[in-house]
Amino acid sequence: MLDSITFYFFAGVAVLSAALMVTRRNAVHSAVLLVTTLLATAGIFLQLRAEFIFITQIILYVGGIMVLFIFVIMLVRLDVALQHMRFRLQRWVALFVALALGVEITVVFLFARRLPGQGLLIQEPAPADKLPPNTEELARSLFSSYLLPFEIASVLLLVAMVGAVVMAKKRIDQ
Amino acid sequence: MISPAHYLFLSLALFLIGAIGVITRRNVIVVLMSIELILNAVNINLVAFSRIFGDVSGQVFALFIIADAAAEAAVGLGIIIAFFRNRETVFADEMDLLKW
Repeated sequence: MLDSITFYFFAGVAVLSAALMVTRRNAVHSAVLLVTTLLATAGIFLQLRAEFIFITQIILYVGGIMVLFIFVIMLVRLDVALQHMRFRLQRWVALFVALALGVEITVVFLFARRLPGQGLLIQEPAPADKLPPNTEELARSLFSSYLLPFEIASVLLLVAMVGAVVMAKKRIDQ
Repeated sequence: MISPAHYLFLSLALFLIGAIGVITRRNVIVVLMSIELILNAVNINLVAFSRIFGDVSGQVFALFIIADAAAEAAVGLGIIIAFFRNRETVFADEMDLLKW
């Protein structure tokens, strides 16, 4: 019961603020609404008992990536954007593509369980108080089975950092 | 009881809103934000199935996706700053240097 209330609350907040984010004219408003969506998603993670992902989502997404976005919105002059039109002309194309994709995936979801042997294999999840400590489980998996992807991710972050600095710095010779 | 389909449809809704944002918005910064929304929608699926199957691997992959999103945001915003310095615009339909 509490699970349902939590889920519907956070899901409603996430979908509503995501829809507002895509339609607002002001980019700063969009950024704040995206923060709301990400926090609501963090609530969904907590409802799924993924505590480490929950706290990572808040620290990294809301605290890191969104601050970066706000910085760039401040650096780039956006007041001209307020007078221009928000959408490109292909909004009907976009609506059609989204509608087609949505109907397609919905049909797959609804019919997957009717076909014998091809539906989602759903088992009853373990009760919440029987779960092992989430952070310990995650660390055990990350540093044993997924050690190589972990190291590759660190190299990726280094490359991204160098790339971002090179992209954003001023050319001295010009 | 929240069934897996609930999480799937929540993730689908966020994904489609993000896709509409990527296709329709003119402001490149908002397009990047919509991409973050799409990555986030995928994370919901991964964590939900990790919980359903009692396997923590899905959460590990969600962590990797968050790291990827951070890298992508840093590089993408660097490109936007460099582009704005050259062309004084952030609108996707004015970025037509390679178009003829």
